Amino acid sequence: MKRIEANHVSAWYGTFKAVEDVTLAIEPKQVTALIGPSGCGKSTFIRTLNRMHEVIPGARIDGEVLLDAEDIYASGIDPVSVRRTIGMVFQRPNPFPTMSIRDNVSAGLRLNGTRKKAELDPIVERALQGAGLWKEVRDRLDRPGASLSGGQQQRLCIARAIAVEPQVLLMDEPCSALDPVSTLRIEDLIAELKDQYTIVIVTHNMQQAARVSDSTAFFTLEVAGDPGRLVEVGPTSKIFTKPDDERTEAYITGRFG
Amino acid sequence: MNMSKSAQAIINPSVLRCGRLGPGQAVAATAGGVALAALAFWLTPLQGRAGFLLVTYLAGTTGYLLAASKIEGRRSVVDRLAAVLMVTTVGICLLALGSVLIYTAVRGVKALDWYFFTHSMNGVGPRDDAGGAYHAIVGTLQQVLLAALFAVPSGLLVAIYLTEYGTGRLASLVRTVIDVMVGIPSIVAGLFIYAFWVLGLRRGFSGLAAAMALAILMLPIVVRSAEEMIKLVPPALREAAYALGIPRWRAILRVVLPTASAGITTGVMLAVARVTGETAPLLLTAFGFDSIQNDPFSGPQSSLPLFVFGQASSAFSAAVDRAWAGALTLIAVVLLLTVAARLVTRRNRLV
Repeated sequence: MKRIEANHVSAWYGTFKAVEDVTLAIEPKQVTALIGPSGCGKSTFIRTLNRMHEVIPGARIDGEVLLDAEDIYASGIDPVSVRRTIGMVFQRPNPFPTMSIRDNVSAGLRLNGTRKKAELDPIVERALQGAGLWKEVRDRLDRPGASLSGGQQQRLCIARAIAVEPQVLLMDEPCSALDPVSTLRIEDLIAELKDQYTIVIVTHNMQQAARVSDSTAFFTLEVAGDPGRLVEVGPTSKIFTKPDDERTEAYITGRFG
Repeated sequence: MNMSKSAQAIINPSVLRCGRLGPGQAVAATAGGVALAALAFWLTPLQGRAGFLLVTYLAGTTGYLLAASKIEGRRSVVDRLAAVLMVTTVGICLLALGSVLIYTAVRGVKALDWYFFTHSMNGVGPRDDAGGAYHAIVGTLQQVLLAALFAVPSGLLVAIYLTEYGTGRLASLVRTVIDVMVGIPSIVAGLFIYAFWVLGLRRGFSGLAAAMALAILMLPIVVRSAEEMIKLVPPALREAAYALGIPRWRAILRVVLPTASAGITTGVMLAVARVTGETAPLLLTAFGFDSIQNDPFSGPQSSLPLFVFGQASSAFSAAVDRAWAGALTLIAVVLLLTVAARLVTRRNRLV
């Protein structure tokens, strides 16, 4: 099980510095929540953890991200392999519109050209079961992925992410486009998945962070336009009861942000 | 005053109400306008068929709108006026399209029989009642398919380059060149192939030369439409693919292109339809030939537009009938190709 360590990570979009000097350790088999006001760089930071940040033209980072002591930004590291090891679920459900439910789940494997159909079927079933979606879709695996409801689509995306058997799962506000019932299902799922995966979740919802995470990192920015910084990180119970920094306290008690 | 007005709106529902122009009233008002116009033509020296149509149309519309303004008020008149304008323009467009199709069908069906599809013009004089377009159909299909073979893959590659990889000056140069190519008159494309290939390299007239000229015309259409369609694919889908550890080229090939395929097909079919009817460049490249020429790589070849052009220039009615039949066949070929392309891409969509 993989541990992630970010050392002095800064991230830019062109000349705009979005994240400054974040040093943070993410422990394996735990859920780490990143919270903070809009624009504080938590989504940017989570994207630096699997080299998705650089996909945006003009984006770059400084610092190092260690995956079990190996720097994923070192030269000779293949970003494609990094992303296979560190999966990601996005804010809005984004199933591939031209693919069926089955093909969506197996997309990561099929498009890497590694497996045959007979081997894919059990993996699809296991991934859908892992995402808590199997019972709902098992009779309609050939229907389009886009035919599912929003909450089901997001679980489909989780199934798609875990089908490639990553070590770490990054979730960028996975519930922000979902209703409370679907949100609850995803939260239950996160609790089940943390036995097998290291999970990092960005959320705007502080109750959600309190419910699902073991440790919490609070990001903030001074004024709009400034880069976001990490304020403090610690066990969730401590951050939500007696944080060290008064800005954290102000945020979690709802006095700003 | 404002307060009381809005309060009144809540208490007194009559403020929320307005009159409704019933269908019967609408028809009556329109008919009234039409009747007035007819009366004017009957009583005054006004005459002329086109003038009558225009005046009755305007009078009927005016009657309709006047009734609407009496019963329903200003906003509704604007709404109905816009609706009338839209229906009218749609009608004019359909009328133009329909009359082209129907007139071609009516005139073309005369010479259209099995013989027409199975025989060439070999040894047929302009006054003879025999002769067919088999050689022209073969030529058109071969030339257009060859042209598509050249233009579609390279056009797609250029579009992928422009949307996925192209940055900086090379990309904007390519874009400018493509824009300029859109404006190339088709005869210039034909002249280029004529000078470069037919004369310059001494290859002579052939279906292949025609296909190359047509490919020059197709390429910019394919590039621009494919580029626009690829741009429409949400970035979230690419990101989803990258996050699964799918390499970029595979994400483009297996996620981006399939998602854009319906639109790309439409663009390709527009390009095919556009070049299938091209005549001018073919005069300089395929040249035209009365006998069956199954080999597009050597010797002059006919094509449907050339066939239509040649037959229509004749003064004899048998030849003119053949020209109409050829034109109808040309429309049918484009239609068949479009339907076939739709069927092929439908397999990519689930729904």
